[in-house]
Amino acid sequence: MASPNPLQRTTPIIHLPLIFLAALFLGPMLWLFATSLQPREQVGRVPPELMPRQYFITQGSEHIVVTPPQAVGIDKLLVVPAAGPNQGQQLLVDPQAFKDGQLTQAVRVADHEEPQTFAATLVRPIAKTDVTVKEWLLSKYSKTVPRVFYVHPEQVQSEVQPVWGNYPEAIKALTSGEKDKSRSLSELLGLSVYPWTEHNAKGRTITFLTYLSNTLLVAILGVTGTVISSALVAYGLSRITWKGREALFNITLSTMMVPFPVLMIPLYSVFRSLGWIGTLMPLWVPAFFGGAFNIFLLRQFFLTIPNELSEAARIDGCSELMIFWRVILPLAKPALSVVALFHFLFVWNDFLGPLIFLTKPETFTMALGLQQYQSQNGGGEHHLLMGASALLVLPIIVLFFFAQKTFIQGISTTGMGGR
Amino acid sequence: MRALERRKLGIGLLFCAPWLVGLSVFMIYPLLAALYYSLCDYSVLLPPVFVGLDNYVELFQDRLFWKSLWNTSFFALGSVALGTVMALTLAILLNSKVKGLTFYRTAFFLPSLMPLVAGSILWFTMYSGQGGIINTLLKKIYIDGPAWLTDPNWAKPAIIFMTAWGAGNAMVIFLAGLQDVPMSLYEASIIDGANWLQRLTNVTIPMISPVIYFNVVMGVIGGFQAFAQALIMTGSTGVGAPEQSTLFYVLQLYNVGFMDLRMGYASAMAWVLFIIILGLTFAATQLSKRWVTYDR
Repeated sequence: MASPNPLQRTTPIIHLPLIFLAALFLGPMLWLFATSLQPREQVGRVPPELMPRQYFITQGSEHIVVTPPQAVGIDKLLVVPAAGPNQGQQLLVDPQAFKDGQLTQAVRVADHEEPQTFAATLVRPIAKTDVTVKEWLLSKYSKTVPRVFYVHPEQVQSEVQPVWGNYPEAIKALTSGEKDKSRSLSELLGLSVYPWTEHNAKGRTITFLTYLSNTLLVAILGVTGTVISSALVAYGLSRITWKGREALFNITLSTMMVPFPVLMIPLYSVFRSLGWIGTLMPLWVPAFFGGAFNIFLLRQFFLTIPNELSEAARIDGCSELMIFWRVILPLAKPALSVVALFHFLFVWNDFLGPLIFLTKPETFTMALGLQQYQSQNGGGEHHLLMGASALLVLPIIVLFFFAQKTFIQGISTTGMGGR
Repeated sequence: MRALERRKLGIGLLFCAPWLVGLSVFMIYPLLAALYYSLCDYSVLLPPVFVGLDNYVELFQDRLFWKSLWNTSFFALGSVALGTVMALTLAILLNSKVKGLTFYRTAFFLPSLMPLVAGSILWFTMYSGQGGIINTLLKKIYIDGPAWLTDPNWAKPAIIFMTAWGAGNAMVIFLAGLQDVPMSLYEASIIDGANWLQRLTNVTIPMISPVIYFNVVMGVIGGFQAFAQALIMTGSTGVGAPEQSTLFYVLQLYNVGFMDLRMGYASAMAWVLFIIILGLTFAATQLSKRWVTYDR
């Protein structure tokens, strides 16, 4: 039956734009997770590939895992010199350098190079369409020199094989290169044993796990503070009638317009005089004093709770605090979880605050730690950058699938997201 | 009765006490302090020295200030326009009984959850001019992609496209608005012989115009505060490369305040930003009287 709403009439054609747009929106997500699982050599290859691949060749009965193939590009010869600096090794040389069993090679003599000629045997010519592959060594720190092979492209086989090891490596590798000098807050949290880092007498290496525990510390304290204080204030602004209540509410509403960058310099100087710069305190202490948006959200919700409930409790002799705690809070759980969720998302994503207030690497949050690593190692180690970025978004996606209703309700009722 | 009123005032103030402290310490004091610092020579390390309007006089002659203001306005308006059109399109498409609705909604919404730092790093690698995935895909449909983040003409649009990728948030808001539009209005418009487009422009859009309006205002205010994207995507040098085309207002404010330690000058920038946002909000409320349909 055709619905009278023209926008609710379903025609199969609607799937065409929807599928196209879904691909556009999911594409970058897919790309992030695919590249975060690629081997180091595969990320940033031209042309780029989506699926993480493991390449291998078979030499006799040996199954050798190799790096992604690279085209040789120009015709070459593979020769083995009988003398000289590369005696006995396989060398890839230009066809002009090898003639009648003689190889002309630049040899370093004292401080300059001069051409010398050695006897050499031709192994076989290498066509420009052939590819080079290097033996895949499990660790980039390995001392063994990887073997190099020149083969026909068809000899290199591959299978889709994600490198899960990128994630632990990203956790280990995203360091600031400094040691934790203080007895950090994370130790107080009982997170002092990081299984992936090396310990020594001077302190432990700061890694992504340090950043994770810092972020969680700010998030847990901040969410607790913001929920308790905003709920108290919202109660005072909605369930008790007092002179000046409306005025305070209007001021509260208008402060929602003041952007953080306007306040950040005086806040910096306040926190500096309190000695809080370089600690996590500027990021969670203010949460204990309420936030305009959360107060507004909770006040609107509290107003929908019938007054009869409070009156009945008052007749039973409950104090305001008891009514708040026993009657209102249990009924306001959906709104409280929206506040908690949004504050958690805010802490998880916040960047400017940590950038300004956290000056010591041992206090960095994950977002800041990731950015600092990127700015120091911008070009290289793409697989680790992608791995760490994936690790930053993964918990949020998991959280979304568990708390989908809270996300959607929170956003559609407040008209705002996690900011 | 007077005693009861006084008692209620006491209890009310007691419940609001945390916020009264928070409001004064973390909001009103910093706002006024910023105004005072903006009239001072202040480096944080030494006490502020009053210099009158010097900072503002210098600011209005500062080429980088105007450049950053232009960049930010371009970004804020561009990202809000594209983001709103995108979110509205998605919401209208999804406001139907299409099969797989949950899948589509999740697909459009997920990117908006991406932490800005991670998203910026991801798009930074995708935009790479040499062998980046975006230009590789464009080549497949015979388009020669620009150098994106290293091209002064394309760096801002590139960041705008990334921002539009997060339209899922606004889509959820619009979708909720669309589902509140009463069916009787559509029935009436059909009787009047309105076609699909007429119903869209005369019923749907006016009915959700308050939601669109609110979203646009919040989006522009948010856009003026853009910072991390520019810092991460166009080089950590903080100069807003290429050719200062991504030197956003807050990035410049951060550079002046925290890199050059010219906190007084930065505070002047902060107050100009505050006044711009106040002005935009005021203008928006005036315009809304004409454009937004509030009566239901």
